[in-house]
Amino acid sequence: MTHFSAMSLLKNALTGHKNWREQWPDSQPKAEYDVVIVGAGGHGLGAAYYLAKEHGITNVAVIDKGWLGGGNTGRNTTIIRSNYLYDESARLFDHALDLWDNLSQELNYNVMYSKRGVMMLAHNVHDVQSFQRHIHANRLNGVDNRWLTKEEAKAFCPPLNISPDARYPVMGAALQMRAGTARHDAVAWGYARAAAARGVDIIQNCPVTSIRRGPDGAVIGVETAKGFIRAKKVAVSAAGHTSVVMDTAGVRMPLESYPLQALVSEPVKPIFPCVVMSNTVHAYISQSDKGELVIGSGTDQYTSYSQRGGLPLIEHTVAAICEVFPIFTRMRMLRKWGGIVDVTPDRSAILGKTPVKGLYVNCGWGTGGFKATPGAAHTLAWTVAKDEPHPINAPFTLERFTTGRLIDEAAAAAVAH
Amino acid sequence: MLLIHCPYCDETLPELEFAYAGEAHIARPVDPSALSDEEWRDFLFIRTNARGTHFERWRHIHGCARFFNAARDTVTDRFLVTYKAGESRPDLTVKESAE
Repeated sequence: MTHFSAMSLLKNALTGHKNWREQWPDSQPKAEYDVVIVGAGGHGLGAAYYLAKEHGITNVAVIDKGWLGGGNTGRNTTIIRSNYLYDESARLFDHALDLWDNLSQELNYNVMYSKRGVMMLAHNVHDVQSFQRHIHANRLNGVDNRWLTKEEAKAFCPPLNISPDARYPVMGAALQMRAGTARHDAVAWGYARAAAARGVDIIQNCPVTSIRRGPDGAVIGVETAKGFIRAKKVAVSAAGHTSVVMDTAGVRMPLESYPLQALVSEPVKPIFPCVVMSNTVHAYISQSDKGELVIGSGTDQYTSYSQRGGLPLIEHTVAAICEVFPIFTRMRMLRKWGGIVDVTPDRSAILGKTPVKGLYVNCGWGTGGFKATPGAAHTLAWTVAKDEPHPINAPFTLERFTTGRLIDEAAAAAVAH
Repeated sequence: MLLIHCPYCDETLPELEFAYAGEAHIARPVDPSALSDEEWRDFLFIRTNARGTHFERWRHIHGCARFFNAARDTVTDRFLVTYKAGESRPDLTVKESAE
Protein backbone atom coordinates (compact mmCIF):
# COMPACT_ATOMS: atom_id res chain seq x y z
CA MET A 1 0.00 0.00 0.00
CA THR A 2 1.36 3.41 -0.97
CA HIS A 3 1.55 5.63 2.08
CA PHE A 4 -0.16 8.96 1.38
CA SER A 5 1.71 12.05 2.57
CA ALA A 6 2.49 15.58 1.46
CA MET A 7 5.70 14.14 -0.01
CA SER A 8 3.88 11.48 -2.06
CA LEU A 9 1.47 14.14 -3.35
CA LEU A 10 4.34 16.37 -4.38
CA LYS A 11 6.22 13.53 -6.04
CA ASN A 12 3.17 12.47 -8.05
CA ALA A 13 2.38 16.06 -8.95
CA LEU A 14 5.86 16.45 -10.46
CA THR A 15 5.32 13.36 -12.61
CA GLY A 16 1.90 14.52 -13.82
CA HIS A 17 -0.13 12.22 -11.55
CA LYS A 18 0.56 9.33 -13.93
CA ASN A 19 2.12 6.99 -11.40
CA TRP A 20 -0.68 6.49 -8.87
CA ARG A 21 -1.22 2.78 -8.33
CA GLU A 22 -4.56 1.06 -7.72
CA GLN A 23 -5.35 1.15 -4.03
CA TRP A 24 -6.69 -2.39 -3.66
CA PRO A 25 -6.80 -5.40 -5.98
CA ASP A 26 -10.06 -6.65 -7.50
CA SER A 27 -9.92 -10.05 -5.78
CA GLN A 28 -11.36 -13.35 -6.95
CA PRO A 29 -12.76 -15.65 -4.28
CA LYS A 30 -10.59 -18.34 -2.67
CA ALA A 31 -12.13 -21.69 -1.75
CA GLU A 32 -12.16 -21.01 1.98
CA TYR A 33 -12.02 -18.13 4.46
CA ASP A 34 -12.08 -17.80 8.23
CA VAL A 35 -14.66 -15.05 7.95
CA VAL A 36 -16.92 -14.00 5.07
CA ILE A 37 -18.65 -10.66 5.38
CA VAL A 38 -21.72 -10.17 3.18
CA GLY A 39 -21.96 -6.55 2.06
CA ALA A 40 -19.07 -4.25 1.12
CA GLY A 41 -20.41 -1.01 2.52
CA GLY A 42 -18.66 1.04 5.18
CA HIS A 43 -19.89 -1.28 7.94
CA GLY A 44 -18.73 -4.51 6.25
CA LEU A 45 -15.37 -3.16 5.03
CA GLY A 46 -14.76 -1.55 8.42
CA ALA A 47 -15.47 -4.82 10.20
CA ALA A 48 -12.95 -6.57 7.93
CA TYR A 49 -10.38 -3.88 8.71
CA TYR A 50 -10.84 -4.18 12.49
CA LEU A 51 -10.83 -8.00 12.28
CA ALA A 52 -7.43 -7.82 10.61
CA LYS A 53 -5.98 -5.00 12.67
CA GLU A 54 -7.26 -5.71 16.18
CA HIS A 55 -7.89 -9.45 16.16
CA GLY A 56 -5.26 -10.72 13.73
CA ILE A 57 -7.83 -12.43 11.51
CA THR A 58 -6.73 -11.67 7.96
CA ASN A 59 -8.18 -14.60 6.01
CA VAL A 60 -11.31 -12.57 5.40
CA ALA A 61 -13.46 -11.87 2.34
CA VAL A 62 -15.93 -9.02 1.94
CA ILE A 63 -18.43 -9.94 -0.79
CA ASP A 64 -20.86 -7.57 -2.47
CA LYS A 65 -23.50 -7.99 -5.17
CA GLY A 66 -22.49 -4.63 -6.67
CA TRP A 67 -19.48 -2.38 -6.32
CA LEU A 68 -18.07 -1.48 -2.92
CA GLY A 69 -19.75 1.44 -1.23
CA GLY A 70 -22.49 1.44 -3.89
CA GLY A 71 -25.39 0.83 -1.52
CA ASN A 72 -26.41 3.05 1.35
CA THR A 73 -22.79 4.08 2.05
CA GLY A 74 -22.82 5.96 -1.26
CA ARG A 75 -26.42 7.14 -0.96
CA ASN A 76 -26.78 8.74 2.46
CA THR A 77 -26.60 12.41 3.44
CA THR A 78 -23.34 11.90 5.40
CA ILE A 79 -24.58 13.28 8.72
CA ILE A 80 -22.71 12.21 11.85
CA ARG A 81 -24.06 12.81 15.37
CA SER A 82 -24.58 10.96 18.64
CA ASN A 83 -27.31 12.88 20.49
CA TYR A 84 -29.50 9.84 21.11
CA LEU A 85 -31.70 9.67 24.19
CA TYR A 86 -31.13 6.23 25.67
CA ASP A 87 -27.94 5.14 27.42
CA GLU A 88 -27.40 2.17 25.08
CA SER A 89 -27.69 4.28 21.92
CA ALA A 90 -25.65 7.15 23.35
CA ARG A 91 -22.79 4.75 24.15
CA LEU A 92 -22.86 3.13 20.73
CA PHE A 93 -23.03 6.33 18.68
CA ASP A 94 -20.55 8.18 20.90
CA HIS A 95 -18.16 5.25 20.50
CA ALA A 96 -18.49 5.76 16.75
CA LEU A 97 -17.85 9.48 17.17
CA ASP A 98 -14.66 8.74 19.12
CA LEU A 99 -13.46 6.59 16.22
CA TRP A 100 -14.50 9.18 13.62
CA ASP A 101 -12.26 11.68 15.41
CA ASN A 102 -9.08 9.91 14.39
CA LEU A 103 -10.23 7.91 11.38
CA SER A 104 -8.37 9.83 8.67
CA GLN A 105 -5.05 9.42 10.51
CA GLU A 106 -5.74 5.79 11.35
CA LEU A 107 -6.57 4.84 7.75
CA ASN A 108 -4.06 7.26 6.16
CA TYR A 109 -7.01 8.31 4.02
CA ASN A 110 -8.81 11.62 4.27
CA VAL A 111 -12.45 10.88 5.17
CA MET A 112 -13.05 14.62 5.48
CA TYR A 113 -14.75 14.39 8.87
CA SER A 114 -15.93 17.93 9.49
CA LYS A 115 -17.19 18.86 12.95
CA ARG A 116 -19.38 21.65 11.68
CA GLY A 117 -22.17 21.05 14.19
CA VAL A 118 -25.64 19.55 13.84
CA MET A 119 -28.46 21.84 14.85
CA MET A 120 -31.96 20.44 15.44
CA LEU A 121 -34.77 22.99 15.23
CA ALA A 122 -37.60 23.21 17.73
CA HIS A 123 -40.81 24.55 16.19
CA ASN A 124 -43.31 24.09 19.01
CA VAL A 125 -43.54 23.69 22.79
CA HIS A 126 -43.36 19.92 22.55
CA ASP A 127 -40.14 20.14 20.51
CA VAL A 128 -38.61 22.52 23.08
CA GLN A 129 -39.42 20.22 26.01
CA SER A 130 -38.35 17.08 24.14
CA PHE A 131 -35.01 18.57 22.99
CA GLN A 132 -34.22 19.94 26.44
CA ARG A 133 -34.86 16.49 27.88
CA HIS A 134 -32.52 15.08 25.24
CA ILE A 135 -29.85 17.65 26.10
CA HIS A 136 -30.00 16.78 29.81
CA ALA A 137 -29.92 13.05 29.11
CA ASN A 138 -27.01 13.52 26.68
CA ARG A 139 -25.00 15.59 29.14
CA LEU A 140 -25.49 12.99 31.86
CA ASN A 141 -24.05 10.47 29.40
CA GLY A 142 -21.11 12.71 28.60
CA VAL A 143 -22.49 13.41 25.11
CA ASP A 144 -22.00 16.95 23.82
CA ASN A 145 -25.31 18.78 23.23
CA ARG A 146 -26.58 22.22 24.17
CA TRP A 147 -29.56 24.52 23.86
CA LEU A 148 -29.62 27.63 21.65
CA THR A 149 -32.17 30.43 21.67
CA LYS A 150 -33.59 31.24 18.26
CA GLU A 151 -31.30 34.29 18.02
CA GLU A 152 -28.29 32.11 18.80
CA ALA A 153 -29.51 29.60 16.21
CA LYS A 154 -29.74 32.37 13.61
CA ALA A 155 -26.23 33.57 14.50
CA PHE A 156 -24.92 30.01 14.10
CA CYS A 157 -26.73 29.46 10.79
CA PRO A 158 -27.48 32.80 9.07
CA PRO A 159 -29.74 31.46 6.25
CA LEU A 160 -32.29 30.37 8.89
CA ASN A 161 -35.63 32.18 8.89
CA ILE A 162 -36.58 32.95 12.53
CA SER A 163 -39.22 35.59 11.87
CA PRO A 164 -42.30 35.10 14.07
CA ASP A 165 -44.62 35.00 11.06
CA ALA A 166 -42.74 32.12 9.40
CA ARG A 167 -44.83 29.12 8.40
CA TYR A 168 -42.78 27.02 10.85
CA PRO A 169 -41.61 29.43 13.57
CA VAL A 170 -38.29 28.57 15.22
CA MET A 171 -38.42 28.53 19.04
CA GLY A 172 -34.85 27.40 19.63
CA ALA A 173 -32.53 24.59 18.72
CA ALA A 174 -30.36 21.81 20.11
CA LEU A 175 -26.76 21.95 18.91
CA GLN A 176 -24.23 19.14 18.98
CA MET A 177 -20.95 20.81 18.12
CA ARG A 178 -19.00 17.56 17.84
CA ALA A 179 -21.35 16.35 15.15
CA GLY A 180 -21.02 17.08 11.44
CA THR A 181 -20.39 15.34 8.15
CA ALA A 182 -17.80 13.15 6.42
CA ARG A 183 -17.10 12.15 2.84
CA HIS A 184 -19.13 8.94 2.53
CA ASP A 185 -17.26 7.39 -0.43
CA ALA A 186 -13.93 8.04 1.23
CA VAL A 187 -15.05 6.04 4.27
CA ALA A 188 -15.69 2.97 2.11
CA TRP A 189 -12.51 3.51 0.07
CA GLY A 190 -10.37 4.19 3.14
CA TYR A 191 -11.54 1.05 4.92
CA ALA A 192 -11.24 -1.00 1.71
CA ARG A 193 -7.68 0.17 1.12
CA ALA A 194 -6.60 -0.39 4.71
CA ALA A 195 -8.29 -3.81 4.91
CA ALA A 196 -6.84 -4.97 1.57
CA ALA A 197 -3.38 -3.90 2.73
CA ARG A 198 -3.74 -6.35 5.62
CA GLY A 199 -4.73 -9.21 3.32
CA VAL A 200 -8.52 -8.95 3.16
CA ASP A 201 -10.10 -9.96 -0.17
CA ILE A 202 -12.75 -7.59 -1.51
CA ILE A 203 -14.95 -9.42 -4.01
CA GLN A 204 -17.30 -7.20 -5.99
CA ASN A 205 -20.15 -7.94 -8.39
CA CYS A 206 -20.70 -11.31 -6.76
CA PRO A 207 -24.19 -11.72 -5.24
CA VAL A 208 -24.45 -14.06 -2.26
CA THR A 209 -27.43 -16.24 -3.17
CA SER A 210 -27.69 -18.19 0.07
CA ILE A 211 -26.02 -19.02 3.36
CA ARG A 212 -25.32 -22.73 3.67
CA ARG A 213 -25.54 -24.59 6.99
CA GLY A 214 -24.06 -27.99 7.88
CA PRO A 215 -25.80 -31.03 9.40
CA ASP A 216 -25.25 -29.66 12.93
CA GLY A 217 -26.90 -26.36 11.95
CA ALA A 218 -23.71 -24.29 12.03
CA VAL A 219 -22.69 -22.10 9.12
CA ILE A 220 -20.34 -23.74 6.58
CA GLY A 221 -20.21 -21.07 3.89
CA VAL A 222 -22.05 -19.03 1.30
CA GLU A 223 -23.34 -19.82 -2.18
CA THR A 224 -22.44 -17.00 -4.57
CA ALA A 225 -22.63 -16.16 -8.25
CA LYS A 226 -18.98 -17.29 -8.39
CA GLY A 227 -19.64 -20.61 -6.68
CA PHE A 228 -19.58 -21.94 -3.14
CA ILE A 229 -17.19 -20.27 -0.68
CA ARG A 230 -16.46 -22.17 2.50
CA ALA A 231 -16.32 -20.08 5.70
CA LYS A 232 -16.02 -20.75 9.41
CA LYS A 233 -17.97 -17.61 10.22
CA VAL A 234 -20.32 -15.41 8.20
CA ALA A 235 -21.30 -11.87 9.12
CA VAL A 236 -24.24 -10.31 7.27
CA SER A 237 -24.05 -6.55 6.88
CA ALA A 238 -26.35 -6.14 3.90
CA ALA A 239 -28.58 -3.19 4.91
CA GLY A 240 -31.93 -3.31 3.10
CA HIS A 241 -31.31 -6.83 1.79
CA THR A 242 -30.39 -8.33 5.18
CA SER A 243 -33.70 -10.10 5.68
CA VAL A 244 -33.47 -11.61 2.17
CA VAL A 245 -30.01 -13.03 2.93
CA MET A 246 -30.90 -14.14 6.47
CA ASP A 247 -34.02 -15.96 5.19
CA THR A 248 -31.72 -18.31 3.27
CA ALA A 249 -30.14 -19.35 6.57
CA GLY A 250 -33.58 -19.97 8.03
CA VAL A 251 -33.50 -16.90 10.30
CA ARG A 252 -36.54 -14.64 10.00
CA MET A 253 -35.75 -11.04 10.90
CA PRO A 254 -37.82 -8.29 12.53
CA LEU A 255 -37.02 -5.97 9.63
CA GLU A 256 -38.87 -4.03 6.97
CA SER A 257 -37.09 -2.39 4.03
CA TYR A 258 -38.10 1.09 2.95
CA PRO A 259 -36.78 3.50 0.31
CA LEU A 260 -35.03 6.54 1.80
CA GLN A 261 -34.53 9.38 -0.64
CA ALA A 262 -32.03 12.22 -0.84
CA LEU A 263 -31.34 14.98 -3.33
CA VAL A 264 -28.68 17.56 -4.12
CA SER A 265 -28.80 21.02 -5.64
CA GLU A 266 -26.51 22.60 -8.16
CA PRO A 267 -23.17 23.51 -6.52
CA VAL A 268 -22.91 27.03 -5.15
CA LYS A 269 -20.35 29.01 -3.15
CA PRO A 270 -20.21 28.35 0.63
CA ILE A 271 -23.52 29.50 2.06
CA PHE A 272 -24.45 26.90 4.66
CA PRO A 273 -22.08 26.45 7.63
CA CYS A 274 -23.55 23.48 9.49
CA VAL A 275 -26.12 20.69 9.35
CA VAL A 276 -29.71 21.63 10.20
CA MET A 277 -32.38 19.06 10.94
CA SER A 278 -36.02 19.68 11.58
CA ASN A 279 -38.07 16.70 12.65
CA THR A 280 -41.33 18.54 12.89
CA VAL A 281 -41.27 19.66 9.26
CA HIS A 282 -39.20 16.58 8.44
CA ALA A 283 -36.21 17.67 6.43
CA TYR A 284 -32.49 18.08 6.87
CA ILE A 285 -29.87 19.99 4.94
CA SER A 286 -26.15 20.62 4.75
CA GLN A 287 -23.69 21.77 2.09
CA SER A 288 -21.10 19.40 0.71
CA ASP A 289 -17.52 20.49 0.13
CA LYS A 290 -18.31 20.46 -3.59
CA GLY A 291 -20.92 23.14 -2.89
CA GLU A 292 -24.11 21.15 -3.41
CA LEU A 293 -26.89 21.45 -0.86
CA VAL A 294 -27.52 17.90 0.37
CA ILE A 295 -31.14 17.40 1.40
CA GLY A 296 -33.02 14.47 2.87
CA SER A 297 -36.02 13.52 4.96
CA GLY A 298 -37.87 10.40 6.09
CA THR A 299 -38.60 7.17 4.27
CA ASP A 300 -41.42 6.56 1.86
CA GLN A 301 -44.44 5.04 3.58
CA TYR A 302 -44.37 1.66 1.80
CA THR A 303 -41.79 -1.13 1.84
CA SER A 304 -39.79 -1.46 -1.37
CA TYR A 305 -36.51 -2.63 -2.89
CA SER A 306 -36.70 -0.22 -5.83
CA GLN A 307 -33.90 2.23 -4.74
CA ARG A 308 -36.12 4.95 -6.17
CA GLY A 309 -39.01 6.14 -3.99
CA GLY A 310 -41.87 8.44 -4.87
CA LEU A 311 -42.00 12.11 -5.86
CA PRO A 312 -44.61 13.18 -3.25
CA LEU A 313 -41.94 12.77 -0.58
CA ILE A 314 -39.45 14.92 -2.49
CA GLU A 315 -42.09 17.62 -2.90
CA HIS A 316 -42.81 17.53 0.83
CA THR A 317 -39.12 17.71 1.70
CA VAL A 318 -38.32 20.59 -0.63
CA ALA A 319 -41.41 22.48 0.52
CA ALA A 320 -40.21 22.20 4.12
CA ILE A 321 -36.69 23.38 3.23
CA CYS A 322 -38.06 26.38 1.32
CA GLU A 323 -40.19 27.43 4.31
CA VAL A 324 -37.33 27.23 6.81
CA PHE A 325 -34.73 28.68 4.41
CA PRO A 326 -36.54 31.03 2.00
CA ILE A 327 -33.13 31.97 0.55
CA PHE A 328 -33.13 28.59 -1.26
CA THR A 329 -36.51 28.92 -3.00
CA ARG A 330 -34.91 29.53 -6.39
CA MET A 331 -32.15 26.96 -6.04
CA ARG A 332 -32.22 24.28 -8.73
CA MET A 333 -32.02 20.63 -7.74
CA LEU A 334 -29.71 18.37 -9.77
CA ARG A 335 -30.31 14.77 -8.78
CA LYS A 336 -32.38 12.62 -6.47
CA TRP A 337 -32.00 8.95 -5.61
CA GLY A 338 -33.08 6.34 -3.12
CA GLY A 339 -31.45 3.71 -0.94
CA ILE A 340 -33.13 0.77 0.76
CA VAL A 341 -32.97 0.99 4.54
CA ASP A 342 -33.79 -1.82 6.94
CA VAL A 343 -35.99 -0.65 9.80
CA THR A 344 -36.55 -2.51 13.08
CA PRO A 345 -39.70 -2.22 15.20
CA ASP A 346 -37.87 -0.19 17.88
CA ARG A 347 -35.75 1.79 15.37
CA SER A 348 -32.51 0.55 16.96
CA ALA A 349 -29.93 -1.63 15.25
CA ILE A 350 -29.44 -5.37 15.62
CA LEU A 351 -25.75 -6.07 16.07
CA GLY A 352 -24.35 -9.36 17.26
CA LYS A 353 -24.89 -13.10 17.36
CA THR A 354 -27.82 -15.02 15.87
CA PRO A 355 -29.44 -18.35 16.82
CA VAL A 356 -27.24 -19.97 14.13
CA LYS A 357 -23.70 -20.91 15.18
CA GLY A 358 -21.09 -18.98 13.24
CA LEU A 359 -23.63 -16.48 11.83
CA TYR A 360 -23.53 -12.83 12.89
CA VAL A 361 -25.64 -9.91 11.82
CA ASN A 362 -25.29 -6.14 11.66
CA CYS A 363 -28.51 -4.53 10.47
CA GLY A 364 -31.53 -2.45 11.35
CA TRP A 365 -29.75 0.89 11.18
CA GLY A 366 -32.80 2.34 9.50
CA THR A 367 -32.21 5.84 8.21
CA GLY A 368 -29.13 6.54 10.33
CA GLY A 369 -26.46 3.94 9.66
CA PHE A 370 -23.71 6.09 8.20
CA LYS A 371 -22.87 7.89 11.44
CA ALA A 372 -22.44 4.54 13.19
CA THR A 373 -20.02 3.13 10.59
CA PRO A 374 -16.79 2.94 12.63
CA GLY A 375 -18.57 1.98 15.87
CA ALA A 376 -20.69 -0.73 14.24
CA ALA A 377 -17.69 -2.10 12.33
CA HIS A 378 -15.45 -2.05 15.41
CA THR A 379 -17.89 -3.86 17.73
CA LEU A 380 -19.03 -6.29 15.00
CA ALA A 381 -15.40 -7.33 14.46
CA TRP A 382 -15.04 -7.92 18.21
CA THR A 383 -18.18 -10.08 18.31
CA VAL A 384 -17.16 -12.12 15.26
CA ALA A 385 -13.59 -12.64 16.53
CA LYS A 386 -14.48 -13.58 20.11
CA ASP A 387 -17.96 -15.06 19.50
CA GLU A 388 -19.30 -12.87 22.28
CA PRO A 389 -20.90 -9.43 22.49
CA HIS A 390 -18.80 -6.30 22.95
CA PRO A 391 -20.01 -4.37 26.05
CA ILE A 392 -21.26 -1.62 23.74
CA ASN A 393 -23.24 -3.80 21.32
CA ALA A 394 -24.47 -6.22 24.00
CA PRO A 395 -27.93 -4.58 24.35
CA PHE A 396 -28.51 -4.61 20.57
CA THR A 397 -29.40 -8.29 20.34
CA LEU A 398 -31.87 -10.09 18.16
CA GLU A 399 -33.29 -11.69 21.33
CA ARG A 400 -34.64 -8.38 22.58
CA PHE A 401 -37.67 -8.84 20.34
CA THR A 402 -38.46 -12.02 22.28
CA THR A 403 -37.63 -10.76 25.77
CA GLY A 404 -39.22 -7.36 25.22
CA ARG A 405 -36.08 -5.48 26.30
CA LEU A 406 -36.41 -3.01 23.43
CA ILE A 407 -34.27 0.10 22.89
CA ASP A 408 -37.20 2.24 21.97
CA GLU A 409 -35.61 5.17 20.14
CA ALA A 410 -38.65 5.12 17.84
CA ALA A 411 -40.68 6.80 20.53
CA ALA A 412 -37.93 8.58 22.41
CA ALA A 413 -35.67 10.20 19.88
CA ALA A 414 -38.25 12.39 18.17
CA VAL A 415 -35.71 12.61 15.37
CA ALA A 416 -35.47 11.57 11.77
CA HIS A 417 -33.03 8.73 11.96
CA MET B 1 -46.33 8.55 -7.82
CA LEU B 2 -48.12 5.27 -7.28
CA LEU B 3 -51.63 4.93 -8.65
CA ILE B 4 -53.72 2.75 -6.38
CA HIS B 5 -57.08 1.15 -7.07
CA CYS B 6 -59.47 1.33 -4.09
CA PRO B 7 -61.69 -1.77 -4.31
CA TYR B 8 -64.47 -0.02 -2.38
CA CYS B 9 -64.60 3.24 -4.38
CA ASP B 10 -63.69 1.31 -7.54
CA GLU B 11 -61.42 4.16 -8.63
CA THR B 12 -57.69 4.40 -9.36
CA LEU B 13 -56.29 7.36 -7.42
CA PRO B 14 -52.91 8.91 -6.50
CA GLU B 15 -50.79 7.55 -3.65
CA LEU B 16 -51.38 10.76 -1.64
CA GLU B 17 -54.95 9.65 -0.86
CA PHE B 18 -53.73 6.46 0.78
CA ALA B 19 -51.86 5.36 3.88
CA TYR B 20 -49.73 2.24 3.95
CA ALA B 21 -50.66 -0.07 6.80
CA GLY B 22 -48.11 -2.88 6.82
CA GLU B 23 -48.14 -6.54 5.89
CA ALA B 24 -51.55 -8.16 5.28
CA HIS B 25 -53.00 -11.45 6.51
CA ILE B 26 -51.42 -11.34 9.97
CA ALA B 27 -54.16 -12.78 12.14
CA ARG B 28 -54.47 -11.66 15.74
CA PRO B 29 -53.99 -14.63 18.09
CA VAL B 30 -57.24 -16.35 19.05
CA ASP B 31 -56.04 -17.06 22.60
CA PRO B 32 -53.40 -14.41 23.41
CA SER B 33 -52.67 -15.63 26.94
CA ALA B 34 -51.65 -19.04 25.61
CA LEU B 35 -48.87 -17.62 23.39
CA SER B 36 -45.19 -18.18 24.16
CA ASP B 37 -42.68 -15.31 24.00
CA GLU B 38 -41.51 -16.62 20.61
CA GLU B 39 -45.03 -16.64 19.23
CA TRP B 40 -45.59 -13.08 20.47
CA ARG B 41 -42.33 -12.03 18.77
CA ASP B 42 -43.46 -13.60 15.51
CA PHE B 43 -46.88 -11.94 15.71
CA LEU B 44 -45.64 -8.49 16.75
CA PHE B 45 -42.28 -8.06 15.07
CA ILE B 46 -41.32 -10.65 12.46
CA ARG B 47 -42.32 -9.66 8.93
CA THR B 48 -41.96 -11.34 5.54
CA ASN B 49 -40.35 -8.21 4.03
CA ALA B 50 -40.70 -9.91 0.64
CA ARG B 51 -38.49 -8.96 -2.28
CA GLY B 52 -41.03 -9.51 -5.04
CA THR B 53 -44.75 -10.07 -4.51
CA HIS B 54 -45.83 -8.61 -1.17
CA PHE B 55 -49.31 -8.78 0.35
CA GLU B 56 -50.01 -5.61 2.25
CA ARG B 57 -52.73 -3.43 3.73
CA TRP B 58 -53.55 0.07 2.57
CA ARG B 59 -56.12 2.54 3.85
CA HIS B 60 -57.98 4.99 1.61
CA ILE B 61 -57.49 7.61 4.30
CA HIS B 62 -58.55 10.66 2.25
CA GLY B 63 -61.42 8.85 0.54
CA CYS B 64 -63.71 6.19 1.98
CA ALA B 65 -61.22 5.68 4.87
CA ARG B 66 -61.54 1.90 4.62
CA PHE B 67 -58.75 -0.66 4.86
CA PHE B 68 -58.14 -2.99 1.92
CA ASN B 69 -55.44 -5.39 0.81
CA ALA B 70 -53.06 -5.29 -2.14
CA ALA B 71 -50.47 -7.47 -3.83
CA ARG B 72 -47.54 -5.35 -5.01
CA ASP B 73 -44.17 -6.20 -6.51
CA THR B 74 -41.62 -4.56 -4.16
CA VAL B 75 -38.92 -4.52 -6.85
CA THR B 76 -40.93 -2.62 -9.48
CA ASP B 77 -43.54 -1.09 -7.10
CA ARG B 78 -46.23 -2.25 -9.57
CA PHE B 79 -49.60 -3.13 -8.02
CA LEU B 80 -50.70 -6.60 -9.15
CA VAL B 81 -54.17 -6.51 -7.62
CA THR B 82 -56.12 -4.87 -4.80
CA TYR B 83 -58.97 -6.61 -2.96
CA LYS B 84 -61.32 -6.02 -0.06
CA ALA B 85 -60.36 -6.66 3.55
CA GLY B 86 -61.48 -10.08 4.71
CA GLU B 87 -61.09 -11.70 1.29
CA SER B 88 -58.49 -14.44 1.06
CA ARG B 89 -55.15 -14.04 -0.68
CA PRO B 90 -55.74 -14.08 -4.47
CA ASP B 91 -54.06 -16.77 -6.56
CA LEU B 92 -51.67 -14.67 -8.66
CA THR B 93 -50.27 -17.57 -10.70
CA VAL B 94 -53.62 -17.95 -12.52
CA LYS B 95 -53.76 -14.23 -13.32
CA GLU B 96 -50.20 -14.09 -14.62
CA SER B 97 -50.57 -17.09 -16.90
CA ALA B 98 -53.74 -15.54 -18.37
CA GLU B 99 -51.86 -12.41 -19.40
